[in-house]
Amino acid sequence: MSLPSPNSQPLPDASALPVPSFAPPPPPRSSGDGNRILYCHCQYAQVVPREVKETVLRRLCQEGVAFEAVADLCEMAARHDPALHRLAADGALKIAACYPRAVKGLFHQAGADLPAASTEVINMRVQPAEEVLSALLGSEIKPNLPVKESRPNESASRTSEPRTS
Amino acid sequence: MSLRDQPALRVILYEGPGAETLEAGERFSTMSALLERGYAVTRTGGEQAVAPADRSSALVLGRFGEGNTPEFSDQNHQSEIRTRDIANLSAAQVADLVETARTELGAARHGEWKPWFPVIDYDRCTNCMQCLSFCLFGVYGVDEERKIQVQNQDNCKTNCPACSRVCPEAAIMFPKYKAGPINGDTVSDADLQKEKMKVDISALLGGDVYDMLRLRSEKARSRFGKERDENKALTERQKCLVKLAQAGDIPPEVLMSLPSPEEIARRAEEAAAKAQAALAWQKAN
Ligand code: SF4
Ligand code: SF4
Repeated sequence: MSLPSPNSQPLPDASALPVPSFAPPPPPRSSGDGNRILYCHCQYAQVVPREVKETVLRRLCQEGVAFEAVADLCEMAARHDPALHRLAADGALKIAACYPRAVKGLFHQAGADLPAASTEVINMRVQPAEEVLSALLGSEIKPNLPVKESRPNESASRTSEPRTS
Repeated sequence: MSLRDQPALRVILYEGPGAETLEAGERFSTMSALLERGYAVTRTGGEQAVAPADRSSALVLGRFGEGNTPEFSDQNHQSEIRTRDIANLSAAQVADLVETARTELGAARHGEWKPWFPVIDYDRCTNCMQCLSFCLFGVYGVDEERKIQVQNQDNCKTNCPACSRVCPEAAIMFPKYKAGPINGDTVSDADLQKEKMKVDISALLGGDVYDMLRLRSEKARSRFGKERDENKALTERQKCLVKLAQAGDIPPEVLMSLPSPEEIARRAEEAAAKAQAALAWQKAN
Protein backbone atom coordinates (compact mmCIF):
# COMPACT_ATOMS: atom_id res chain seq x y z
CA MET A 1 0.00 0.00 0.00
CA SER A 2 1.45 3.36 -0.79
CA LEU A 3 0.62 6.96 -1.35
CA PRO A 4 1.46 8.97 -4.43
CA SER A 5 4.28 11.38 -5.02
CA PRO A 6 3.66 14.55 -7.06
CA ASN A 7 4.66 12.93 -10.34
CA SER A 8 2.39 9.95 -9.60
CA GLN A 9 5.27 7.54 -9.17
CA PRO A 10 4.32 5.18 -6.38
CA LEU A 11 6.61 5.31 -3.41
CA PRO A 12 8.24 2.15 -2.16
CA ASP A 13 5.85 0.33 0.10
CA ALA A 14 7.47 0.78 3.45
CA SER A 15 7.88 4.50 3.14
CA ALA A 16 4.28 5.09 2.34
CA LEU A 17 3.65 8.46 3.86
CA PRO A 18 1.34 11.12 2.76
CA VAL A 19 3.66 13.54 0.99
CA PRO A 20 2.80 17.08 0.03
CA SER A 21 1.88 17.22 -3.60
CA PHE A 22 4.57 19.78 -4.33
CA ALA A 23 7.39 18.01 -2.54
CA PRO A 24 9.84 15.49 -3.94
CA PRO A 25 9.21 11.97 -2.65
CA PRO A 26 11.16 11.18 0.50
CA PRO A 27 13.93 8.61 0.23
CA PRO A 28 12.60 5.10 0.77
CA ARG A 29 14.03 4.52 4.23
CA SER A 30 17.04 5.30 6.33
CA SER A 31 20.09 3.68 4.80
CA GLY A 32 20.96 1.82 8.02
CA ASP A 33 18.45 -0.68 9.29
CA GLY A 34 14.88 -0.13 8.12
CA ASN A 35 13.44 -1.42 11.38
CA ARG A 36 10.31 0.40 12.34
CA ILE A 37 9.67 1.52 15.91
CA LEU A 38 6.39 1.23 17.79
CA TYR A 39 6.06 2.80 21.20
CA CYS A 40 3.11 1.98 23.47
CA HIS A 41 2.20 4.63 26.05
CA CYS A 42 0.05 2.23 28.15
CA GLN A 43 -2.27 5.13 28.79
CA TYR A 44 -5.05 3.37 30.67
CA ALA A 45 -3.05 1.64 33.39
CA GLN A 46 -0.10 2.34 35.64
CA VAL A 47 1.78 -0.85 34.91
CA VAL A 48 4.66 0.70 32.97
CA PRO A 49 6.72 3.00 35.23
CA ARG A 50 6.02 6.61 34.27
CA GLU A 51 9.68 7.61 34.26
CA VAL A 52 10.54 4.78 31.86
CA LYS A 53 7.76 5.76 29.45
CA GLU A 54 8.71 9.40 29.60
CA THR A 55 12.42 8.85 29.16
CA VAL A 56 11.86 6.57 26.19
CA LEU A 57 9.40 8.90 24.49
CA ARG A 58 11.55 11.96 25.15
CA ARG A 59 14.62 10.33 23.63
CA LEU A 60 12.72 9.13 20.59
CA CYS A 61 11.61 12.72 20.08
CA GLN A 62 15.15 14.01 20.58
CA GLU A 63 16.67 11.54 18.15
CA GLY A 64 14.37 12.79 15.41
CA VAL A 65 13.64 9.26 14.21
CA ALA A 66 10.40 8.27 12.54
CA PHE A 67 8.26 6.19 14.85
CA GLU A 68 4.74 5.09 15.61
CA ALA A 69 3.37 5.92 19.04
CA VAL A 70 0.11 4.48 20.28
CA ALA A 71 -1.76 5.47 23.39
CA ASP A 72 -2.67 1.94 24.41
CA LEU A 73 -2.12 -1.22 22.41
CA CYS A 74 -4.64 -3.06 24.56
CA GLU A 75 -7.36 -0.63 23.59
CA MET A 76 -6.43 -0.86 19.91
CA ALA A 77 -6.50 -4.66 20.08
CA ALA A 78 -9.96 -4.62 21.64
CA ARG A 79 -11.14 -2.39 18.81
CA HIS A 80 -9.42 -4.52 16.15
CA ASP A 81 -7.92 -1.23 15.00
CA PRO A 82 -6.79 -1.49 11.36
CA ALA A 83 -3.53 0.17 12.38
CA LEU A 84 -2.48 -3.10 13.98
CA HIS A 85 -2.65 -4.78 10.59
CA ARG A 86 -0.43 -2.24 8.91
CA LEU A 87 2.01 -2.37 11.81
CA ALA A 88 2.17 -6.16 11.77
CA ALA A 89 2.25 -6.56 8.03
CA ASP A 90 5.05 -4.31 7.04
CA GLY A 91 8.44 -5.79 7.89
CA ALA A 92 10.83 -5.57 10.80
CA LEU A 93 9.31 -4.01 13.88
CA LYS A 94 10.64 -3.15 17.32
CA ILE A 95 7.91 -2.67 19.90
CA ALA A 96 8.41 -0.94 23.24
CA ALA A 97 5.50 -2.11 25.39
CA CYS A 98 5.28 -4.91 27.96
CA TYR A 99 5.67 -8.71 27.99
CA PRO A 100 6.27 -10.24 24.55
CA ARG A 101 3.72 -12.99 25.28
CA ALA A 102 1.04 -10.38 25.99
CA VAL A 103 1.89 -8.27 22.95
CA LYS A 104 1.86 -11.32 20.67
CA GLY A 105 -1.52 -12.35 22.09
CA LEU A 106 -2.99 -8.88 21.66
CA PHE A 107 -2.03 -8.65 17.99
CA HIS A 108 -3.26 -12.17 17.36
CA GLN A 109 -6.57 -11.47 19.05
CA ALA A 110 -6.98 -8.44 16.79
CA GLY A 111 -6.44 -10.69 13.75
CA ALA A 112 -3.05 -9.14 12.99
CA ASP A 113 -0.36 -11.73 13.69
CA LEU A 114 3.11 -10.34 14.26
CA PRO A 115 5.83 -11.99 12.16
CA ALA A 116 7.96 -14.01 14.61
CA ALA A 117 11.09 -13.69 12.48
CA SER A 118 11.13 -9.90 12.46
CA THR A 119 9.51 -8.66 15.65
CA GLU A 120 11.31 -7.69 18.82
CA VAL A 121 9.31 -6.68 21.90
CA ILE A 122 11.09 -4.62 24.51
CA ASN A 123 9.50 -4.74 27.93
CA MET A 124 9.13 -1.32 29.57
CA ARG A 125 7.52 -2.92 32.62
CA VAL A 126 10.80 -4.50 33.67
CA GLN A 127 13.65 -3.11 31.56
CA PRO A 128 15.31 0.20 32.44
CA ALA A 129 14.83 3.06 30.00
CA GLU A 130 18.44 3.00 28.78
CA GLU A 131 18.17 -0.68 27.91
CA VAL A 132 14.87 -0.09 26.12
CA LEU A 133 16.38 2.76 24.14
CA SER A 134 19.52 0.96 23.11
CA ALA A 135 17.38 -1.92 21.84
CA LEU A 136 15.00 0.43 20.03
CA LEU A 137 17.64 2.63 18.44
CA GLY A 138 20.25 -0.01 17.69
CA SER A 139 20.42 -1.28 14.15
CA GLU A 140 20.20 -4.93 15.13
CA ILE A 141 16.84 -6.61 15.65
CA LYS A 142 16.58 -9.53 18.07
CA PRO A 143 13.31 -11.32 17.38
CA ASN A 144 11.91 -12.61 20.67
CA LEU A 145 8.25 -13.53 20.33
CA PRO A 146 7.55 -16.69 22.32
CA VAL A 147 7.00 -19.84 20.30
CA LYS A 148 4.76 -22.76 21.04
CA GLU A 149 6.42 -25.49 23.04
CA SER A 150 4.95 -28.95 23.29
CA ARG A 151 4.02 -29.88 26.80
CA PRO A 152 3.36 -33.33 28.21
CA ASN A 153 -0.06 -32.55 29.72
CA GLU A 154 -1.45 -31.14 26.50
CA SER A 155 -3.47 -34.11 25.28
CA ALA A 156 -4.81 -34.83 28.76
CA SER A 157 -6.34 -31.40 29.24
CA ARG A 158 -7.72 -31.32 25.73
CA THR A 159 -10.32 -33.83 26.83
CA SER A 160 -11.18 -32.32 30.19
CA GLU A 161 -14.80 -31.43 30.62
CA PRO A 162 -15.96 -27.97 31.56
CA ARG A 163 -17.33 -27.57 35.03
CA THR A 164 -21.07 -27.31 35.13
CA SER A 165 -23.00 -25.20 37.57
CA MET B 1 -22.13 0.75 18.44
CA SER B 2 -19.73 -2.04 19.38
CA LEU B 3 -16.08 -1.29 20.01
CA ARG B 4 -15.06 -2.87 16.73
CA ASP B 5 -17.38 -0.81 14.60
CA GLN B 6 -16.03 2.53 15.67
CA PRO B 7 -13.74 4.04 13.02
CA ALA B 8 -10.21 4.93 14.06
CA LEU B 9 -8.30 8.13 13.43
CA ARG B 10 -4.60 8.09 12.59
CA VAL B 11 -2.73 11.24 13.50
CA ILE B 12 0.46 12.00 11.58
CA LEU B 13 2.93 14.53 12.92
CA TYR B 14 4.57 15.49 9.65
CA GLU B 15 7.97 17.18 9.65
CA GLY B 16 9.07 16.34 6.13
CA PRO B 17 9.48 18.50 3.04
CA GLY B 18 7.08 21.39 3.04
CA ALA B 19 6.85 21.61 6.82
CA GLU B 20 9.00 23.13 9.54
CA THR B 21 10.71 20.83 12.00
CA LEU B 22 9.61 21.00 15.63
CA GLU B 23 12.13 21.53 18.38
CA ALA B 24 12.65 18.26 20.34
CA GLY B 25 10.92 19.54 23.49
CA GLU B 26 7.90 20.72 21.52
CA ARG B 27 7.74 17.42 19.69
CA PHE B 28 7.75 15.57 23.00
CA SER B 29 5.04 17.72 24.55
CA THR B 30 2.87 17.47 21.42
CA MET B 31 3.26 13.69 21.23
CA SER B 32 2.57 13.35 24.97
CA ALA B 33 -0.56 15.51 24.80
CA LEU B 34 -1.94 13.42 21.94
CA LEU B 35 -1.11 10.09 23.55
CA GLU B 36 -2.73 11.19 26.78
CA ARG B 37 -5.92 11.85 24.84
CA GLY B 38 -5.76 8.31 23.48
CA TYR B 39 -4.55 8.90 19.91
CA ALA B 40 -2.16 6.85 17.83
CA VAL B 41 0.45 9.13 16.30
CA THR B 42 2.93 8.57 13.51
CA ARG B 43 5.92 10.88 13.76
CA THR B 44 7.73 11.25 10.51
CA GLY B 45 10.27 13.48 8.91
CA GLY B 46 9.91 11.67 5.63
CA GLU B 47 13.35 10.12 5.98
CA GLN B 48 12.52 6.74 7.42
CA ALA B 49 9.95 4.02 6.98
CA VAL B 50 6.68 4.15 8.84
CA ALA B 51 3.65 1.95 8.42
CA PRO B 52 1.58 2.67 5.32
CA ALA B 53 -1.92 4.05 5.18
CA ASP B 54 -4.86 1.93 6.22
CA ARG B 55 -8.57 2.45 5.90
CA SER B 56 -8.68 4.80 8.91
CA SER B 57 -9.07 8.50 8.39
CA ALA B 58 -5.80 10.37 8.72
CA LEU B 59 -5.12 13.79 10.13
CA VAL B 60 -1.79 15.27 9.08
CA LEU B 61 -0.41 17.88 11.45
CA GLY B 62 2.51 20.09 10.50
CA ARG B 63 3.96 23.55 10.73
CA PHE B 64 3.18 24.47 7.20
CA GLY B 65 2.92 28.22 7.53
CA GLU B 66 0.00 30.34 6.46
CA GLY B 67 -1.35 29.50 3.04
CA ASN B 68 1.22 26.78 2.43
CA THR B 69 -0.64 23.75 3.69
CA PRO B 70 0.10 21.05 1.15
CA GLU B 71 -2.27 18.49 -0.27
CA PHE B 72 -1.90 14.89 0.83
CA SER B 73 -3.51 11.92 -0.76
CA ASP B 74 -3.77 8.18 -0.41
CA GLN B 75 -3.00 6.35 -3.62
CA ASN B 76 -5.40 3.57 -2.71
CA HIS B 77 -8.17 6.01 -1.93
CA GLN B 78 -8.86 4.19 1.31
CA SER B 79 -8.32 7.00 3.72
CA GLU B 80 -9.85 10.37 4.10
CA ILE B 81 -6.89 12.68 4.73
CA ARG B 82 -7.19 16.07 6.39
CA THR B 83 -4.43 18.52 7.19
CA ARG B 84 -4.07 21.04 9.97
CA ASP B 85 -1.45 23.72 10.38
CA ILE B 86 -0.11 23.65 13.94
CA ALA B 87 2.24 26.64 13.65
CA ASN B 88 2.13 28.74 16.83
CA LEU B 89 -0.07 26.26 18.69
CA SER B 90 0.76 24.86 22.12
CA ALA B 91 0.65 21.09 22.71
CA ALA B 92 -2.72 21.41 24.46
CA GLN B 93 -4.12 23.44 21.57
CA VAL B 94 -2.93 20.80 19.11
CA ALA B 95 -4.69 18.14 21.16
CA ASP B 96 -7.89 20.22 21.17
CA LEU B 97 -7.67 20.68 17.43
CA VAL B 98 -7.33 16.91 16.94
CA GLU B 99 -10.26 16.32 19.25
CA THR B 100 -12.39 18.64 17.11
CA ALA B 101 -11.35 16.80 13.94
CA ARG B 102 -12.12 13.46 15.60
CA THR B 103 -15.64 14.62 16.39
CA GLU B 104 -16.15 15.89 12.84
CA LEU B 105 -14.96 12.58 11.39
CA GLY B 106 -17.09 10.54 13.78
CA ALA B 107 -14.02 8.57 14.89
CA ALA B 108 -13.82 6.59 18.11
CA ARG B 109 -13.62 8.49 21.35
CA HIS B 110 -10.92 7.25 23.67
CA GLY B 111 -10.67 6.88 27.40
CA GLU B 112 -14.27 6.00 28.19
CA TRP B 113 -13.48 2.38 28.84
CA LYS B 114 -10.48 0.88 30.61
CA PRO B 115 -9.20 -1.74 28.19
CA TRP B 116 -9.34 -4.68 30.55
CA PHE B 117 -10.12 -8.04 28.97
CA PRO B 118 -8.67 -11.53 28.68
CA VAL B 119 -6.09 -12.31 26.03
CA ILE B 120 -5.64 -15.97 25.15
CA ASP B 121 -2.19 -17.42 24.66
CA TYR B 122 -2.99 -19.88 21.88
CA ASP B 123 0.44 -21.45 22.25
CA ARG B 124 -0.79 -22.79 25.57
CA CYS B 125 -4.56 -23.06 25.14
CA THR B 126 -5.93 -26.59 24.70
CA ASN B 127 -9.47 -25.47 23.92
CA CYS B 128 -10.86 -27.11 27.04
CA MET B 129 -13.68 -24.53 27.37
CA GLN B 130 -13.31 -24.04 31.12
CA CYS B 131 -13.21 -20.29 30.61
CA LEU B 132 -16.31 -20.26 28.43
CA SER B 133 -18.22 -22.32 30.93
CA PHE B 134 -17.05 -20.14 33.82
CA CYS B 135 -17.68 -16.62 32.54
CA LEU B 136 -21.13 -15.26 33.33
CA PHE B 137 -20.79 -12.19 31.16
CA GLY B 138 -20.53 -13.65 27.68
CA VAL B 139 -16.95 -12.52 27.14
CA TYR B 140 -15.98 -15.82 25.54
CA GLY B 141 -17.40 -17.57 22.53
CA VAL B 142 -16.22 -19.95 19.84
CA ASP B 143 -15.37 -19.38 16.20
CA GLU B 144 -16.75 -21.42 13.32
CA GLU B 145 -14.24 -24.16 14.10
CA ARG B 146 -15.34 -24.15 17.73
CA LYS B 147 -12.09 -22.66 18.86
CA ILE B 148 -12.27 -20.54 21.98
CA GLN B 149 -12.28 -16.80 21.34
CA VAL B 150 -12.60 -13.62 23.29
CA GLN B 151 -15.61 -12.09 21.61
CA ASN B 152 -17.01 -9.37 23.81
CA GLN B 153 -14.08 -7.60 25.40
CA ASP B 154 -16.13 -4.76 26.76
CA ASN B 155 -18.38 -7.13 28.73
CA CYS B 156 -15.41 -8.03 30.92
CA LYS B 157 -15.45 -6.73 34.49
CA THR B 158 -12.65 -4.22 35.00
CA ASN B 159 -9.78 -5.49 37.15
CA CYS B 160 -11.33 -8.94 37.55
CA PRO B 161 -8.93 -11.72 36.53
CA ALA B 162 -11.13 -14.59 37.77
CA CYS B 163 -11.28 -16.57 34.53
CA SER B 164 -7.49 -16.69 34.35
CA ARG B 165 -7.63 -18.66 37.61
CA VAL B 166 -9.82 -21.36 36.16
CA CYS B 167 -7.64 -21.93 33.09
CA PRO B 168 -5.72 -25.16 33.68
CA GLU B 169 -2.99 -24.12 31.23
CA ALA B 170 -2.23 -20.60 32.48
CA ALA B 171 -3.23 -19.49 28.98
CA ILE B 172 -5.36 -16.50 29.94
CA MET B 173 -3.56 -13.19 30.28
CA PHE B 174 -4.70 -9.78 31.39
CA PRO B 175 -1.85 -7.56 30.15
CA LYS B 176 -2.67 -4.83 32.66
CA TYR B 177 -2.68 -7.20 35.65
CA LYS B 178 -0.09 -6.55 38.33
CA ALA B 179 1.65 -9.92 38.49
CA GLY B 180 2.83 -12.80 36.35
CA PRO B 181 2.03 -15.02 34.66
CA ILE B 182 -1.40 -13.38 34.26
CA ASN B 183 0.24 -10.17 32.99
CA GLY B 184 1.96 -12.09 30.20
CA ASP B 185 5.18 -12.89 32.03
CA THR B 186 6.69 -16.29 31.27
CA VAL B 187 4.80 -19.21 32.77
CA SER B 188 7.14 -20.95 35.19
CA ASP B 189 7.04 -24.59 36.20
CA ALA B 190 5.82 -23.46 39.59
CA ASP B 191 2.91 -21.62 37.97
CA LEU B 192 2.03 -24.71 36.02
CA GLN B 193 2.16 -26.88 39.11
CA LYS B 194 -0.33 -24.51 40.68
CA GLU B 195 -2.58 -24.83 37.66
CA LYS B 196 -2.30 -28.59 37.74
CA MET B 197 -3.40 -28.56 41.34
CA LYS B 198 -6.43 -26.63 40.13
CA VAL B 199 -6.02 -23.87 42.64
CA ASP B 200 -8.92 -22.01 41.23
CA ILE B 201 -11.44 -19.97 43.11
CA SER B 202 -13.96 -22.75 43.42
CA ALA B 203 -11.35 -25.11 44.88
CA LEU B 204 -10.19 -22.47 47.29
CA LEU B 205 -13.71 -22.03 48.50
CA GLY B 206 -14.16 -25.74 48.89
CA GLY B 207 -16.95 -26.04 46.38
CA ASP B 208 -18.54 -24.63 43.33
CA VAL B 209 -18.09 -20.92 43.08
CA TYR B 210 -21.60 -20.29 41.83
CA ASP B 211 -23.14 -22.39 44.61
CA MET B 212 -21.14 -20.29 46.97
CA LEU B 213 -22.37 -17.13 45.33
CA ARG B 214 -25.96 -18.30 45.46
CA LEU B 215 -25.67 -19.13 49.13
CA ARG B 216 -24.03 -15.84 49.98
CA SER B 217 -26.52 -13.94 47.97
CA GLU B 218 -29.54 -15.72 49.50
CA LYS B 219 -28.24 -15.13 53.00
CA ALA B 220 -27.57 -11.53 52.18
CA ARG B 221 -31.03 -11.20 50.72
CA SER B 222 -32.80 -12.60 53.79
CA ARG B 223 -30.79 -10.19 55.89
CA PHE B 224 -31.75 -7.33 53.62
CA GLY B 225 -35.42 -8.18 54.25
CA LYS B 226 -35.08 -7.44 57.93
CA GLU B 227 -32.52 -4.75 57.58
CA ARG B 228 -33.76 -1.20 57.45
CA ASP B 229 -30.44 0.55 57.38
CA GLU B 230 -29.26 0.09 53.83
CA ASN B 231 -25.69 1.06 54.55
CA LYS B 232 -25.42 -1.56 57.25
CA ALA B 233 -26.88 -4.16 54.92
CA LEU B 234 -24.36 -3.25 52.30
CA THR B 235 -21.50 -3.65 54.75
CA GLU B 236 -22.84 -7.07 55.68
CA ARG B 237 -23.01 -8.14 52.10
CA GLN B 238 -19.51 -6.89 51.51
CA LYS B 239 -18.24 -8.89 54.49
CA CYS B 240 -19.85 -12.01 53.08
CA LEU B 241 -18.01 -11.57 49.86
CA VAL B 242 -14.60 -10.67 51.24
CA LYS B 243 -13.36 -14.23 51.32
CA LEU B 244 -14.47 -14.84 47.79
CA ALA B 245 -12.87 -11.64 46.61
CA GLN B 246 -9.58 -12.41 48.32
CA ALA B 247 -9.46 -15.96 47.05
CA GLY B 248 -9.83 -15.00 43.45
CA ASP B 249 -8.45 -11.47 43.58
CA ILE B 250 -11.86 -10.38 42.35
CA PRO B 251 -12.70 -6.73 43.00
CA PRO B 252 -15.55 -6.50 45.55
CA GLU B 253 -17.48 -4.21 43.23
CA VAL B 254 -17.59 -6.98 40.65
CA LEU B 255 -19.10 -9.37 43.14
CA MET B 256 -21.50 -6.73 44.36
CA SER B 257 -22.73 -6.20 40.83
CA LEU B 258 -23.49 -9.85 40.17
CA PRO B 259 -27.04 -10.57 39.07
CA SER B 260 -29.63 -12.40 41.17
CA PRO B 261 -28.95 -16.05 42.14
CA GLU B 262 -31.54 -17.20 39.58
CA GLU B 263 -29.89 -15.17 36.87
CA ILE B 264 -26.46 -16.49 37.87
CA ALA B 265 -27.81 -20.03 37.61
CA ARG B 266 -29.36 -19.33 34.23
CA ARG B 267 -26.24 -17.76 32.79
CA ALA B 268 -23.97 -20.45 34.21
CA GLU B 269 -26.13 -23.13 32.62
CA GLU B 270 -26.15 -21.29 29.32
CA ALA B 271 -22.36 -20.92 29.35
CA ALA B 272 -21.85 -24.55 30.31
CA ALA B 273 -24.19 -25.66 27.51
CA LYS B 274 -22.21 -23.62 24.98
CA ALA B 275 -18.99 -25.17 26.20
CA GLN B 276 -20.45 -28.70 26.10
CA ALA B 277 -21.72 -28.15 22.58
CA ALA B 278 -18.32 -26.92 21.40
CA LEU B 279 -16.56 -29.89 23.02
CA ALA B 280 -19.05 -32.33 21.50
CA TRP B 281 -18.46 -30.77 18.08
CA GLN B 282 -14.69 -31.10 18.56
CA LYS B 283 -15.02 -34.77 19.44
CA ALA B 284 -17.24 -35.47 16.45
CA ASN B 285 -14.95 -33.71 13.98
S1 SF4 C 1 0.30 -3.69 25.42
FE1 SF4 C 1 1.21 -3.68 27.45
S2 SF4 C 1 2.18 -1.66 27.59
FE2 SF4 C 1 0.73 -1.54 25.89
S3 SF4 C 1 -1.23 -0.85 26.78
FE3 SF4 C 1 -1.32 -3.06 26.86
S4 SF4 C 1 -0.51 -3.56 28.91
FE4 SF4 C 1 0.12 -1.47 28.49
S1 SF4 D 1 -9.62 -22.38 30.01
FE1 SF4 D 1 -7.59 -21.91 29.17
S2 SF4 D 1 -6.99 -23.75 28.02
FE2 SF4 D 1 -9.20 -23.88 28.38
S3 SF4 D 1 -10.15 -22.96 26.53
FE3 SF4 D 1 -9.97 -21.32 28.05
S4 SF4 D 1 -8.00 -20.37 27.58
FE4 SF4 D 1 -7.98 -22.34 26.55
